[in-house]
Amino acid sequence: MRFNLLPIIRKEFIHIRRDPRSLAIVILLPIMQLLLFGFAIDMDVKNVPIGVLDYDRTPASRDLVRRFTGSDYFIQAAALQRRDQVEDLFKARQAKAVIVIPPDYAASLQRDPSTAVQILVDGSDSNTGAIILNAAQRLLTEASLERAGITDPPLQVAPAIWYNPEQESSHFIVPGLVAVLMMMICALLTSITITREKETGTLEQILTAPVHPSQLIIGKVLPYVGIAMVDAALVILVGIFGFGVPFVGSAALLAFFLLLYVVTSLSLGILISTVARTQQVSMMLAAMLTLLPSVILSGFVFPLASMPDVLQAVSRIIPARYFLVIIRGIMLKGNGFAVLWPQALFLVLLSVVLLAVSVKRFKTRLA
Amino acid sequence: MSAIKAENLTRRFGKFTAVDAISFEVEQGEVFGFLGANGAGKTTAIRMLTGLLMPSGGDAWVAGRSVRANPRAIKQVIGYMSQRFSLYEELRVEENLDFFAGAYNLDRETSRRRKEEILEQFGLEGVRRRFTRSLPLGWKQRLALGSALLHHPRILFLDEPTGGVDPLARRTFWDTIHDLAAGGATVFVTTHYMDEAEYCHRISIMNKGEIVALGSPLELKRQYGKDTIQEVFVQLIKSTG
Ligand SMILES: Nc1ncnc2c1ncn2[C@@H]1O[C@H](COP(=O)(O)OP(=O)(O)OP(=O)(O)O)[C@@H](O)[C@H]1O
Ligand SMILES: [Mg+2]
Repeated sequence: MRFNLLPIIRKEFIHIRRDPRSLAIVILLPIMQLLLFGFAIDMDVKNVPIGVLDYDRTPASRDLVRRFTGSDYFIQAAALQRRDQVEDLFKARQAKAVIVIPPDYAASLQRDPSTAVQILVDGSDSNTGAIILNAAQRLLTEASLERAGITDPPLQVAPAIWYNPEQESSHFIVPGLVAVLMMMICALLTSITITREKETGTLEQILTAPVHPSQLIIGKVLPYVGIAMVDAALVILVGIFGFGVPFVGSAALLAFFLLLYVVTSLSLGILISTVARTQQVSMMLAAMLTLLPSVILSGFVFPLASMPDVLQAVSRIIPARYFLVIIRGIMLKGNGFAVLWPQALFLVLLSVVLLAVSVKRFKTRLA
Repeated sequence: MSAIKAENLTRRFGKFTAVDAISFEVEQGEVFGFLGANGAGKTTAIRMLTGLLMPSGGDAWVAGRSVRANPRAIKQVIGYMSQRFSLYEELRVEENLDFFAGAYNLDRETSRRRKEEILEQFGLEGVRRRFTRSLPLGWKQRLALGSALLHHPRILFLDEPTGGVDPLARRTFWDTIHDLAAGGATVFVTTHYMDEAEYCHRISIMNKGEIVALGSPLELKRQYGKDTIQEVFVQLIKSTG
């Protein structure tokens, strides 16, 4: 039996060409997602609106306020008169934090340089809240050191965040999005295209010809490997040129790992197609099994280390978890194969398991 | 060597026995009618004979190759037209032929030639660029038979090839079947039209998974003292419950 893939690949391309809208969605969706994430869900703390409740009203207190509003982190959104205005301000979402300066601020500064001011933070978005608090703390520390006449303090905490010094969230979001979107698109497209042949009965027609099932599946899936790679390249390019995400590692190495990840994702799609009887079911399964797990359990949004043990264990079978380490490692740190091979090994393992189960399910279906 | 031989061929789905130890032989060049009421097990039997479904018991040999031991070896020598139209609706007529020629591993020159021959033989030249979806059912069935013939199969399995087709088209369909048999091909065909049964060299009648009668239409009519296969069929189905 000759192993002739060309007719199958050619046919799949005809299907894709006849359905340009789906193709457009596949190509454009990731870019749209990226723009959405990139602009709307900006996790960077910049120009956070704050309220100022200055009971003191002295040059010293105004100087402190200027420290805040003069920095990149904060802008003044409101000047408050009374404490009870704070809640209204938060409720109206006009400010995320309020700085409260006590009436005796200037006076007590004369006596004791370590005078307390209060920062009230809207904790409803705990991530942002923590970041705001950090920034405020840093500004206050600077201020008090200066007051004490220490411009060059003997002991300094010098936090240096490597690989993403400005803590730009786009640097994390772009690689994360590549991981999530590739997983979703690959699993979705392959499971749908294979299930469609099942639903319409063409699968059976082909299998009475001397076509091996694996030949059919490889031929059908190969075009989507190409599409997925192009898609990933587009997202990464927009990330680099649109959002200034660095790319310090090797592009060839990333392409290699990406290919591996795409194979894992396609394998999941193939497995789904052995379970689902209709295109609708496979669409649902693919969305369910890829989107949320890849976002939540991969370390994309929530750090794995802060998850309960059970979820950490589950995350071990999420391919995005491994690819996330790979793509962040290559783009942001310039990691090489020597560092990343264990992740690659896990991806290979997952693919082998997924494919083995698919083959078994496929055989029992025919038996 | 007979073209098709089944020995106690059985298929169970869970506790339910869809095909119950059927045995028969079909000679090379024969048109064999496989009759039976709805749900008798005809399609299930064909799916076993074409290597799509593993038997639960017994065995069958198609062109001398066991469907149990070597289901893949069968595929190069058979053509199959399934009960439900299963070519690609969203492909053009000739794209369907191109694809299946490729699936049968025909080389480029042979595919091109066979495609033209099939288009001509089945009167599809005028619609070669049409989307298959847009064809009337009778034309689709011709296309399905045509693509099952691309690789000159020696044995053809046709599962209700004339379902839903008008009488004239059915007539030409059967002319084609007889031409193929005259050319040496074996045709294994199911139908619900009893008039078509008369065109077969031999027929078997199946009920509830079992073959309840087997012979030439003439023999069966004599044996049961009836004038038509229709009457034979009705009596058999009634008497076997
Ligand atoms: N995959 C399956 N799983 C369970 N039961 C099945 C399966 N395939 C067929 N059957 C059952 O086996 C019986 C025989 O079905 P089959 O399709 O072979 O009948 P048929 O003779 O071709 O009928 P028809 O004339 O309606 O096409 C039916 O009762 C059917 O429900
Ligand atoms: Mg049937």
